[in-house]
Amino acid sequence: MAGKVKWVTDIEKSVLINNFEKRGWIQVTDSDDWNFYWMSIQTIRNVFSVDTGYRLSDDQMVNHFPNHYELTRKDLMIKNIKRYRKELEKEASPLAEKDENGKHLYLDFVPVTFMLPADYNLFVEEFRKSPSSTWIMKPCGKAQGKGIFLINKLSQIKKWSRDSQVENTNSEILVGLNNDNSQLFGIIDSPLHLLICTKGLCFVRYKLGFCRFCTVKYTPSTSELDNMFVHLTNVAIQKHGDDYNHVHGGKWTVSNLRLYLESTRGRDVTNHLFDQIHWIIVQSLKAVAPVMNNDKHCFECYGYDIIIDDKLKPWLIEVNASPSLTSSTANDRILKYNLINDTLNIVTPNGEIPDCRWNRSLPKEALGHYQVLYDEEQALSESAERDLRSRSGQLLGSKGSRSSSVRPFPATWK
Amino acid sequence: MMDESAELAVSITQIVQRLKGTHLHSQLEKQAKECLHKPEIKLETLKDDVRRLLKASGMTWLLPPPGHPRAPPEHTKEPLEYMRKAQVNWEKRILKSLNSMCTELGIPLARKRPVPEQKELTNKWNEMGTDEPDLSKFRPVYAPKDFLEVLVGLRNPNNERSEDLTVRSHWGLIQVSFNVRDIPQMREMYPELGLTYGQLGIDDHTHVPPDLFESEHIHIGKKVVSEQDSAAAQQYSRQGCPTGLRAQLWSLILNTTNDPEDITHYEQLKARVINHDLLVDNLIYKDVKLTASNDDYYFVFEDYLYQVLLCFSRDTAVLEHFSYNSATPPKSCIQNKSGSEQCAVVYPPNGVIPFHGFSMYVAPLCFLYNEPSKLYRVFREMYIRYLFRLHSISSHPSGIVSLCLQFERLLQTHLPQLFYHLREIGAQPLRIAFKWIVRAFSGYLSTDQLLLLWDRILGYDSLEIVAVLAAAVFAFRAENLMEVTSLASAEAVLADLSTLKVMPLLQIFLFATSV
Repeated sequence: MAGKVKWVTDIEKSVLINNFEKRGWIQVTDSDDWNFYWMSIQTIRNVFSVDTGYRLSDDQMVNHFPNHYELTRKDLMIKNIKRYRKELEKEASPLAEKDENGKHLYLDFVPVTFMLPADYNLFVEEFRKSPSSTWIMKPCGKAQGKGIFLINKLSQIKKWSRDSQVENTNSEILVGLNNDNSQLFGIIDSPLHLLICTKGLCFVRYKLGFCRFCTVKYTPSTSELDNMFVHLTNVAIQKHGDDYNHVHGGKWTVSNLRLYLESTRGRDVTNHLFDQIHWIIVQSLKAVAPVMNNDKHCFECYGYDIIIDDKLKPWLIEVNASPSLTSSTANDRILKYNLINDTLNIVTPNGEIPDCRWNRSLPKEALGHYQVLYDEEQALSESAERDLRSRSGQLLGSKGSRSSSVRPFPATWK
Repeated sequence: MMDESAELAVSITQIVQRLKGTHLHSQLEKQAKECLHKPEIKLETLKDDVRRLLKASGMTWLLPPPGHPRAPPEHTKEPLEYMRKAQVNWEKRILKSLNSMCTELGIPLARKRPVPEQKELTNKWNEMGTDEPDLSKFRPVYAPKDFLEVLVGLRNPNNERSEDLTVRSHWGLIQVSFNVRDIPQMREMYPELGLTYGQLGIDDHTHVPPDLFESEHIHIGKKVVSEQDSAAAQQYSRQGCPTGLRAQLWSLILNTTNDPEDITHYEQLKARVINHDLLVDNLIYKDVKLTASNDDYYFVFEDYLYQVLLCFSRDTAVLEHFSYNSATPPKSCIQNKSGSEQCAVVYPPNGVIPFHGFSMYVAPLCFLYNEPSKLYRVFREMYIRYLFRLHSISSHPSGIVSLCLQFERLLQTHLPQLFYHLREIGAQPLRIAFKWIVRAFSGYLSTDQLLLLWDRILGYDSLEIVAVLAAAVFAFRAENLMEVTSLASAEAVLADLSTLKVMPLLQIFLFATSV
């Protein structure tokens, strides 16, 4: 049936709509026969709720997994990762190796997190154990727009104790405060966009992206409560909040970050950092894979929020199911437009009506700015090969399997 | 006629200048530093000691022969008198502009900071970017286009009327005639950029297997760094520096260290910033806010830029470079404590008045050095070796006048149709390219490409490559430019250079253009 794809969306964003229109697709409403629905998270809840019993037909595709919240809700993500770690330990997998302090060597990438106000007392206890360390405070919900703060005094929390999460990366994020040198302290990656394909487990990662380069602005004035926090923000985003630079929006490209790190810290260290980031992404996805309803009508774009500390260790803060499609700057708009374009090229190759019966392979030439992080099919076929080899007596060192597993470019993960 | 010691000083300056960048120079410098710590060397008698030692060792050829006329020091700065005059006039204009701003705004050129203000600045030293001082009253002292008008107006008074013909057959804006290199000559000057040599910026592309060039090149680079060989680093840099090694290689080429003395020097400059506020500080703030803070690549380094530029203004060591700079440090009248005027003080202390876009000279270096004292040292060395030539009027081959002339000649020789067309529609190419040349392309290319370009500036110890790139850019966009019908549309075609790949452009222009 060579018809035009009929699309619906409840997100009125030009980066989406322009991409649909340029493919000659036809806009319909959700009560019509649609093929492609780019929906917000509220809508997906309704579509897949037990009550409505909605079943998608084979020529319909949506942009969320029904239980994406296993990854995108912080508490569930942590639960899944913990479960995953335990499973690996049971299997005596080398990935679950721990150091002499009982810390996971390879799977310790989620910082200790407390939800406030519920965990306030627990947090205070933890805080008092290491009073000189610094905590990242992430207001949720309504306060989301305020950005992320660093705190190192309990009094600073009082103001934000509602609707917030507090995390500790157990590293001295604020080391520069007492330091004369102006150093980069923490970097928050805004989207490292991910796509899970409908076919089995296949993760591709978008090569472009932005990050927020942060230095700490410490305002020690004790007069106003407002000033009693350290605002982790970019130099260009002033304390006034509404000062916003429309040229760059306070965002720096990941490629600039890479150039800076390579130039100042060296290539190996930088490659290692990015390898670790890929590792985090792949591991977190593998952790939720068993519980994720692998509905073949679904694909999803996740936004990973990762923070990098001064020792260049990345930490996973959270995963977003609905990365913002609003553009603050021209560069941002271009990036998001291309992202959607590349996404559509992968999930609806040649702009054709989806046919979810067939397991279509990933069109390698049409990846655009995406790069494959993990492809289960290929991994399975290669692990079969590996079993064969190990039977013939070849050894695989445990460290070897970890360090070679996450390379930016090969399509498989061993 | 000068006395012996002054002539000796000039000779030594010239020799040092020639030796700069060589291995011998770094060795001598090292030895000299060590000697300074020896008890028998006394600074007060150093001059006489040196003279005595030269005579004793028989190296009398270093001393000027008695009674022999020597070139006056002005000639080291700039041999051509009419160029010197032009520079002097330009300086007068700049200084006048600065002084009138000072009078208009009622702000002193320099002022001692009260103690609470000093404390505040010390606390805020790492985040001066958060300051929002009211800069609306300040204007940049000059912008590149003002400078271009001055260059366009340069005339050699010695040119006979009949010689106007040669000058008139030049279609561009620069109306003085220097010898600048053409493509065949440059092919001999820059063989390492040729098609048979591997290049970073071309042969490190992701589709090229690294063992063809990149791996070996990196391996050699590591060796050069470990052997601390300055001359080798310079040669090596001609084929590009790997990102992981560039910071060290540039430092080696520029002979900058980060010894305790360097750190102390930087701390002293910082102390001077804390103690005194200078009017030019506001110019620096304004420049950073207008340029770097709005730049996609460099806005994150805003604080570093203040830390470097404010110190730079106060660094009197920079005054030494005026012996070979055609410019002369401006002097102003400063009121001292007792209220009486103290005239003829070099202002700002380093003799360099910043202009619009000046901070972009520092910005790319922020990608390489994250320690302020190191960043400062490298910037200062880059400035006194190369960057100063981009905004002073001289006949030097790396000077802005020669670069502009070379750009125009290259274009006229190799893209005559394009040049003619642009001229006809009132879009003189130099009007568009000038801003690139003055900034050595900083802020116009993407940073990784810019650094590859600056690798070659250091590698060849010359800014000529900047003029060549400007011509190469026009060549690359020639097709589009032939279609435009106004200066504005020509500007639009050349507005965004951020996607350009520098090395292929240079290579094609230098080695694939038919001559």
